[in-house]
Amino acid sequence: MTITTSAQTGDAAAASETVSVTIDGIETTVDKGTLIIRAAELLGIAIPRFCDHPLLDPVAACRMCLIEIDGQAKPQPACAVTCGDGMVVRTQLTSQVADQAQEGVMELLLINHPLDCPICDKGGECPLQNQAMTAGRSTTRFDGRKRTFPKPIALSTQVLLDRERCVSCARCTRFSEEIAGDPFIELLDRGSQQQVGIAESQTFQSYYSGNTIQICPVGALTSSLYRFRARPFDLVSTPTSCEHCASGCSLRTDTRSDKVQRRMAATSPEVNEEWNCDKGRFAFAYLTAPDRLATPMVGRGDDQESVSWSQAMSAAADGLRAAGTASAVLTGGRLSYEDAYAYAKFARTVLGTNDVDFRAHASSTEEAQFLGSHVAGAPLGPTYADLEAAPVVLLVAFEPEDESPIVALRLRKAARRGTEVVTIAPVTTRGSAKLSARVLATVPGGEASALDELAGDGPAADDVVATRAAVRRPGSVILVGERAAALPGTLSAVVRLASAAGARIGWVPRRAGDRGAVDAGLLPTLLPGGRPVEQAQARVDTAAVWGVESVPAEPGRDLPAILEAATSGQVKALVVAGLDPDDLPDPQAARAAFAAVEFLVALDTRSHWVTEHAHVVLPVAAAPEKAGSFLNWEGRVRPFEAAVRSTLLRSDAWVLTALAAQLGSSLGVGSLAQTRRELAEFEPWAGPRLEPPEVAAAEVPSPGAGFAVLASWRQLLDDGVLQQEEPYLAGTARPPVVMLSAATAAELAVAEGDPVTVASERGSVTHALTVGDLPDRVVLIPANSHGRVTSELGVSPGAIVTVSSGGGA
Amino acid sequence: MPCPHPMLQPRTRGSDVPLTPLLTAHWDQPDLHTLHGYRRHGGYTALPQALGMSPDAIIQTVKDSGLRGRGGAAFPTGMKWGFVPQGDDRPHYLVVNADESEPGACKDIPLMMTDPHSLVEGVVITSYAIRARHAFIYVRGEVPFVVRRVREAVAQAYEAGLIGTNILGSGFDLDVVVHAGAGAYICGEETALLNSLEGLRGQPRLKPPFPAVSGLYSAPTVVNNVETIAYVPTIVERGAEWFASFGTEKSPGIKLFAMSGHVQRPGIYEAPMGIPFSELLGYAGGMREGHQLKFWLPGGSSVPLLTDAHLDIPMTYEDIAGAGSLFGTGTPMVFDETTSVVRAVSRWIEFYKHESCGKCTPCREGTYWLVDLLRRFDEGQAVASDLEKTLDVGEQIMGRSFCALGDAAATPYPSALKYFRSEFEDGTRRHTDELFPPAAATVFTEVNA
Repeated sequence: MTITTSAQTGDAAAASETVSVTIDGIETTVDKGTLIIRAAELLGIAIPRFCDHPLLDPVAACRMCLIEIDGQAKPQPACAVTCGDGMVVRTQLTSQVADQAQEGVMELLLINHPLDCPICDKGGECPLQNQAMTAGRSTTRFDGRKRTFPKPIALSTQVLLDRERCVSCARCTRFSEEIAGDPFIELLDRGSQQQVGIAESQTFQSYYSGNTIQICPVGALTSSLYRFRARPFDLVSTPTSCEHCASGCSLRTDTRSDKVQRRMAATSPEVNEEWNCDKGRFAFAYLTAPDRLATPMVGRGDDQESVSWSQAMSAAADGLRAAGTASAVLTGGRLSYEDAYAYAKFARTVLGTNDVDFRAHASSTEEAQFLGSHVAGAPLGPTYADLEAAPVVLLVAFEPEDESPIVALRLRKAARRGTEVVTIAPVTTRGSAKLSARVLATVPGGEASALDELAGDGPAADDVVATRAAVRRPGSVILVGERAAALPGTLSAVVRLASAAGARIGWVPRRAGDRGAVDAGLLPTLLPGGRPVEQAQARVDTAAVWGVESVPAEPGRDLPAILEAATSGQVKALVVAGLDPDDLPDPQAARAAFAAVEFLVALDTRSHWVTEHAHVVLPVAAAPEKAGSFLNWEGRVRPFEAAVRSTLLRSDAWVLTALAAQLGSSLGVGSLAQTRRELAEFEPWAGPRLEPPEVAAAEVPSPGAGFAVLASWRQLLDDGVLQQEEPYLAGTARPPVVMLSAATAAELAVAEGDPVTVASERGSVTHALTVGDLPDRVVLIPANSHGRVTSELGVSPGAIVTVSSGGGA
Repeated sequence: MPCPHPMLQPRTRGSDVPLTPLLTAHWDQPDLHTLHGYRRHGGYTALPQALGMSPDAIIQTVKDSGLRGRGGAAFPTGMKWGFVPQGDDRPHYLVVNADESEPGACKDIPLMMTDPHSLVEGVVITSYAIRARHAFIYVRGEVPFVVRRVREAVAQAYEAGLIGTNILGSGFDLDVVVHAGAGAYICGEETALLNSLEGLRGQPRLKPPFPAVSGLYSAPTVVNNVETIAYVPTIVERGAEWFASFGTEKSPGIKLFAMSGHVQRPGIYEAPMGIPFSELLGYAGGMREGHQLKFWLPGGSSVPLLTDAHLDIPMTYEDIAGAGSLFGTGTPMVFDETTSVVRAVSRWIEFYKHESCGKCTPCREGTYWLVDLLRRFDEGQAVASDLEKTLDVGEQIMGRSFCALGDAAATPYPSALKYFRSEFEDGTRRHTDELFPPAAATVFTEVNA
C-alpha cells in the first residue's frame, strides 16, 4: 500500500486554501483538492484500494475504495472524490454501506482470480492478498468456472504477464502512459476478457517497464529475473542507492542467503519519487560475474598470481615508496563519496601529489575550471523540485532519457504541467519528443555558438528568439551534460548564458560517483569542498583537517597529462581504481601509458585489461557490498547500506588506509564514521573559487560530401560493463542504428535499414540506417552499443568522420 | 404509395386518443430522406427562423418547452445546453448520440433512415444555440445503411448551404462529421462515446468534469440523443408553449414510442407523453391472437419489469417510476405467456456481460457471475440458495459500478423474481426448453419454420 504524507492532487495555487471535512467522526482540515482517500490516510484510516496510486491520475476503476458521503445516494470512490468543505465521510470503519460495498467488490475481484498465492511471487506482499484478509469474506460463494488464460505472456524479455491474476486496475498502463510516456502496453478486449497487451509488432520497450511490476497490486506482472526465485518473507531488505548513474535513486535491495534477488525503487519524494529505471532495477548480475576479483594479486601479465593481503600490501607499498611523489591517482567515476575522499586524501598526504583525476570521459581543462567554479562544494541545487517548478529547462549536450533517466521522468512530469523544455541537440529523440521539447538543431561542436546566440540579442530564427525570452524567466534552469567537456567552448558559453539570463546551472554527469569525486577533491586543481589548490587558505584549511603540515601547493596534472607523463616516465607509479581505458577518448594512448608506467596498482572489482597489466591488484567491494553514499547530480547525499554482507571484500577507503599504514602514514578513513566525521569538519569554502572558464566558441565544423560530424552518446541500455550477464535487460535495449538526415542519406544513396559505415582513420562501426531530423552531414551513432565509439573510432563527438554505404569502410 | 419498410407503415387511429404524428407524419413518403422530400413537407423552415433568433433565446425556448433527453436519462435538454460556458473563447462541440443499441429500443435508427434531415436541421439549430462550430453524429456501426443515409443527408445539406460556411447568409459556420462506431454498446454511454470519437478505447470517463465543461477534446460539449435533437426544429417552429402543452408538467411533449414483442403490429407510434400503455398497446393491435400479456418493459432492457397489473399506467417518467420501473427510452417491449422470464432475463444479462467494457470490477466480474447463475436457472441446474445469491450479486453491482451499464445489468432480475418467483424455483428442477418451448414464443414462427 502506498502511503503519502501530503496532498497529491490539485495545483500548488489551490494548496493554500483549505477545507474542513469529517471522516469517521474525526474533523480535519486539508488542502483544497485533497482526495478523500489521502485525507483519510492523514488520519491513519486506510481505505482499501487497487487502482489508486498517489502519483497517477485517479481512475476509480476497481471500486475497492467505496465509502459513504452524507447526502449522496450511492457509495463513492474515495480515490476520485475531493474533499468538500463540510463534507461528512464514513469509511468502512463506521459505515455498513461502505463496508458491504468493499466486501462485495472484494468478493467479485476474487471470482476470477486464480487464488494461486502459494506459487505466486507476490504472495506475502500482495495488496490483493492483504486486503482480501481485511476486507473480504473468509470463503467464496462463487462455485462456477473461473476464466483462465494461457500463461504467462512475455510483454518484453523482462516483463511477464499472468493475465488470469490481473484485476484490471490499469496501474501499469497508466504508469506507462502518464509517467513514462511509453504507452507500449494497453488494455485490450473487454468485459472479463479485458487484458493487458502489447501491439503485435511492438513489445514493451520502455526504460521504465520494471516499475509496472512493482506497482502491480497482484502477481500479474513479474520479472523474468525474479520470477519463482524467492518468497518475500525470506528476503532481507536493505536501503540502498543506485550505483548506475547520477540520478541518485533510492532503492531497496533484497537478498536471500546474501545473494541479491531483486532491486526495487524506494520512495524518495525529492529524488526518484517512487520510480527507477530498468537498469537500476535489473542490472546487478555483475556482482556475481565470473570475472569478479576475489584475492589480491601481484606480478604482471602471465606472472600474475594470487597472494595474501599482507604480501600484496607490502608489494604495493614498495612500488609506491620507490616512486615517491612521482605518483598519480586515476579513479574513474564509480566511487562512493567516502571512497573518493579517501583517494583524494591518500594522494595528497601519502603520495604527496596533486596528480589526481576522476574523469573517465572525454575531459578538458575548461571542464575542470567549470567544475571548480560552478559545481565543487556548491550548495544543493538546482534540484529535482527546481526542475519541476522551472518555467523553462534548457538541455545542453544532455539526453536525459539515456544519460540520467530519472531526470527525464521529472522533466516529463514538469513538461506535462507546463514547463517548457528546450534542447540544444542534433536531433529530436524519442526522449525529447516525450518532453514536447523544442529542439534547437545543432551540429555537434556548434553548441557554444548556439548558446552564445541565446545569450545575445542579434537577429535570429523564431525558435531562438522565443528561447531567449523563455530562458530569462525567473527560475529557469540549464542542465548541461558531461559530454559538453568534449565540445570546446560549450561550458564557457553555458556560464555566459546563465549569467546573462539569470538561470541556474545543473551539471549532470553520467556516473554515480562523478559528483562525489568533484566534491571530494579528485581533481588536480581542487581539494575537498571546491577549495582551489592554488589558494593558500584552502591548503591551510585542508591540512588542518587532515592533521598534516601541508598539502602539495602546485596544481597537479589532469588525466591526459598524467597519461603522457606516465608514458614518458615522469610519473613512475599509478594508482588506478575502476578505470576502463575504453571509456577514455583515446584508449590506445591510455593502454600505452598503463603498459609503460613503472609501477601500476589497481583497485578494482573485476578483472579486465588494467588489472591484467597491474603490478599489484587489490580487490575491493562493489557498491552493494559496502556502505557509503553517492552525491547525485543535485549534490544531494544518497546513502546506502551494505546489502551483501558476507563478502570478504572491503571498501577502497579501507584498503587505502591499510596501504597508507604500510607506508607509515595514518589515513584515518578506515571506517565510514571516521570519514564522515572528518568530512563534517570542513567548513563550507567561503574563499575564492576557480575562475569560470572563458573558452571562445569553436568554429562549427562543416564537412564535405562523404564526411559527417559525429554525434554520439551512450544509450541507457548498452554494452556497459555493469549491465553484462543480464540478457533479459539487454532484450529491451534499443537496437543501435546510424542516423542521418534524409538529404545526407540521399547523398550516400542509402535507404532506411541499409547498412551504413561510420569510419575514422582508426576503425569503423556499421549499423542499419534510420533517417532522422538531423542537420545535414551529421551522423549519430550510439557510443557503446555493438561497438564502442572510443575504442573503434578513437574520436569524440564533434569530430569529422567518414560515412559510407554498406559494410565496408 | 409504396412504403420503405413494414415497420414504418402509417397506423390507422384505433382509439379516441389521437396519435400525434409530427416527426412521423410523412414517414410514408418514399423520398422523405432526400432534401427535396424533406423540404416538400415543410423541412428546413425552422432553421432560418432559428438563425434569426439569438442563441440564448433558442436555449430559453428549449428550456421552456420542458424537453427532456430521449436517450434514457431524461435530463432536461435546455438545462444541459445552459451548462456550456459562454464567451469562453474555446471551441464547443455538439455530439449526437446515434449509437442506439439498447435491446428493445428501435426509434433513432428508423428516424435516421426515414427522415435524416430532421436530425440534420436539429443539429444546425442546436449547434447555433450552444455556439458550436463542429458537430458530430456518432452512429452505431452495425447499421451501415443508416450511416450511409445520414452521410448522404449531410452531403446534401452541405451542397444546399445548410451546413458549411455562412449558413443561409447568417454568418454562422458549422461542419458536421458523421462517425460510425465500431460495435460496442458501452459507446452509447456519453463519455465512452467521446473517448471512442477521439480514437481512444471506448470506456467511460470519470465525472466530473461533465462533458458540458470538459467533453470532446476537453472542450465544452453537448451530447444529445437523436430523437431529442430531431424535435428541436419543431419546438423552434411551433413554440415552447405548444410543445409543453402535451403530456404532463414533468413529462411534457410528444414522443416516439417504439412497440416491440408479442404485439400484432410492432412499430413506432408518435404520441403525447402520458398516453396510457394500454392505448399504445391498442395502436399496436393488441397482443398476438389468442395470447395474453405476461410482462413488459417500458423502455429497453435496462429497466425493471412490469406486468398486466400495470396496463393503465400513463407513459410518463413519474408514473412509471411510481410503479417501480423506469421510463428509459420509452420503447416498450411486450411479452406474452409463452415467454420464459428466466430465459428473457438470462438473455439480457448475457448481453450486458458481452458488452461490459471491463473497466470497473462490479460490472466486469458481476455480469460474469450473474450469467453463470442465470444459465443454471435456464438449464434447470440451479439450487435453492441461488435465488438469493443472485439477488446478492446484483446488489453488489447496483450503485457501485462506474457507469450505468452495470446498474442496467443488475436491474431485470430483482423485478423478475418479485413477479415470477416460481419460474426461478422451477429453474432448480427443469430446463426452460421443457417449460417454455421456444417455438411458441418466437414472434415470426412461420418465418423460422
